[in-house]
Amino acid sequence: MPTPAGAAGHSELGGPRLPPERPGGAWAWARRNLFASAWSTLATVGAVSAAALVLPATVRWTLLDAVWRPDYQACRALDYRGACWGMVAEKHRLILFGRFPNAEHWRPLVATLLVVLALLVSGHPRAWRRWLLGLWATVAAAFFVLMRGGVLGLSPVGSEQWGGFPLTVLLTLAGVGASIPLGVGLALARRSGLPLLRAGARLYIELVRGVPLITVLFVATFVFPLVLPQGMPLDALGRIVLAITLFQAAYMAEVVRGGLQALPRGQLEAAESLGLGWWQTQRKVILPQALVLVIPSFVNSLLSTFMDTSLVTVVSMYDLTGALRLALGDAQWRNFFIEGYLFVGTIYLVCCFGLSRYSHWLEARLGRWARQEPSRA
Amino acid sequence: MPLPSVSWSSRSGRALIVQGALLALLILAGAALWRNTQGALAARQIRSGFSFLSEPAGFDIGEGPVPYTPRDSYLVAFAAGLANTLRVSALGIVLATVLGTLIGVGRLSRNVLVRAGCTAYVEVLRNVPLVILLFGTYLVLTEFLPEATEPISLPGSAFLSKGGLHAPRPLWAAGWGAALLGLPLGGAAAWLLARWARARRARTGRGPAVGWAGLGLVLAGPVVGWLLGGAPRGLELPEPGPFGVAGGLSLTPEFLALLTGLTLSAAASIAEIVRSGLLAVSHGQAEAAGALGLRPRQTTRLVLLPQALRVIIPPLTSQFLNLTKNSSLAVAIGYPDLVSIANTAMNQNGQALECILVIMAVYLSVNLVTALLMNLYERRVALVER
Repeated sequence: MPTPAGAAGHSELGGPRLPPERPGGAWAWARRNLFASAWSTLATVGAVSAAALVLPATVRWTLLDAVWRPDYQACRALDYRGACWGMVAEKHRLILFGRFPNAEHWRPLVATLLVVLALLVSGHPRAWRRWLLGLWATVAAAFFVLMRGGVLGLSPVGSEQWGGFPLTVLLTLAGVGASIPLGVGLALARRSGLPLLRAGARLYIELVRGVPLITVLFVATFVFPLVLPQGMPLDALGRIVLAITLFQAAYMAEVVRGGLQALPRGQLEAAESLGLGWWQTQRKVILPQALVLVIPSFVNSLLSTFMDTSLVTVVSMYDLTGALRLALGDAQWRNFFIEGYLFVGTIYLVCCFGLSRYSHWLEARLGRWARQEPSRA
Repeated sequence: MPLPSVSWSSRSGRALIVQGALLALLILAGAALWRNTQGALAARQIRSGFSFLSEPAGFDIGEGPVPYTPRDSYLVAFAAGLANTLRVSALGIVLATVLGTLIGVGRLSRNVLVRAGCTAYVEVLRNVPLVILLFGTYLVLTEFLPEATEPISLPGSAFLSKGGLHAPRPLWAAGWGAALLGLPLGGAAAWLLARWARARRARTGRGPAVGWAGLGLVLAGPVVGWLLGGAPRGLELPEPGPFGVAGGLSLTPEFLALLTGLTLSAAASIAEIVRSGLLAVSHGQAEAAGALGLRPRQTTRLVLLPQALRVIIPPLTSQFLNLTKNSSLAVAIGYPDLVSIANTAMNQNGQALECILVIMAVYLSVNLVTALLMNLYERRVALVER
């Protein structure tokens, strides 16, 4: 039993005393967390009364009074007193798959599910082996076969008809995936001993990071057709993927540079003293350690690119956001845009929230790994 | 000076060869792209060069502080767009900083409800794309508000409708000029007072607390100027009429939607920055300051805040730049910012290359100026290590 504070008197010099015990129980918890001071009490009262005002109305609007069938007359009769989820029920295929031919919707569905499965598999560090590259190559091939068609008896579907969630996923993964090698190259160039290479990489990174993504998308749409050689097999989708890749590479380079800087200099010196050349040092010593350190940042880039792809709407691509606007083009259902935006917003929210939780988990796990590392030596 | 050996066997020789090859490659690629572009421009009969900047633009711009008519040149149109960009970004930065700081501090509150509310705000706003937020806000403003002929009356003679927000605007009078003049004078007086107090404290060990007096001086300057200028109180009130609300300060729905979206989403990021900055100062610092006999307010002002700000300011600046860059999403809802104007211009005359170069140059200069200011600041607050 710890002696109660003060009771032992000052006669003996004890060690550090335990803090006074906190009283338990619900009331004590509420005193600490809800009514600690006058301000705290005020905030509690304010929050509770705001919730009492807003929550019942919200529940009534979203759930109790809502119309769930795609029934336009019923939705009109609501007069906005309840949500018209019928709008989503009516348009969900258009929102999720864009202008992909209706009869073939199973193809983007299967393609996207494959990609999501591959993502889930790659999530665990135990899967970070060489076979993962093979898995992704297979999944990418399957994705394009399913989307494009023209083989295996699938009817061909041009990329201008791709849209909705599969397009968002494609833009995100292709952009981030292709930007990783580019970003690693840029980061290495920025730290290289060759002044010209260093300056070039730095110039590129600063230039791209200084301009908004929308200008880069404009470049893809309006300038690439002028600048690139005539007859280059690059459609609008390809140009946008190229632009997102070039844009993301500059950010990726900074992420990778952070990892390179976090490595102690001794690693480089040890590798050099073993007689490894520059390429060998980078490939076998520096990069494997630096890249593992920045994997959580890669996940964060994935997250921000996922949200940034919604910008392609501006250059007439029908990604998830664009497909929603396409759906809202229907004058009949246009009045129920709030339901549509809530639906699409929730999709983004769920995906991004999941990714950011995963990134936190990974950071904690890899942090543990990185902290253990020195003691193993 | 001996010539550097250009051979593959020496390290410096290899460096020279590699860089030379790189330079040659870049020049070749650049020349090829240039030739393609010339060919493509000629084939499409698009002219090149920046001479179009001095020609009349011909399109209209809905709003903005720069006086502009369709007969003005493209250059004036771009300037009007830039003014609109800066207007929405500056206001957004101020609002987002205030909101973000409140929410960031709220996430560390001891009240569990406040904490949960602020956390929920940050998690939702950080995980929904800004574009969705913008479209949603804009549609709410333009679909659910009443027509401009029957606006909602707000307190203080303001009106809200599909035409936007109309509020009273002070009529310009000489007295307002005197008030503006008073601001730097009051600021200078406060600075002198603070300097005197600091010098006195250094000399005698005791100095008067001048914080409130300084703030009072800064505020007194414009007030005295306004009074001396004859205390102008004329307001131009907006008037609802048969063709909508006229007169007064008018904010379009585009501006309001963009400002709301930018503020709400930037506030979430700023809240995270503020929170991590406050957490970065270890608890021992506050305890040590208390042990030295500093009062809680002094502890905050002299010990905690300077250290937290050192952590907060650099990422905060990059958030400000982000907000400015994100204001280019104006093009999605039709607010005439720089990017929208450039977009209109290149749809009109086809000179996409030049128009995009203008946008990039402007954004890069904004970045460059900010980076220079940041370097100055960082040099000032850098830790002096022994």
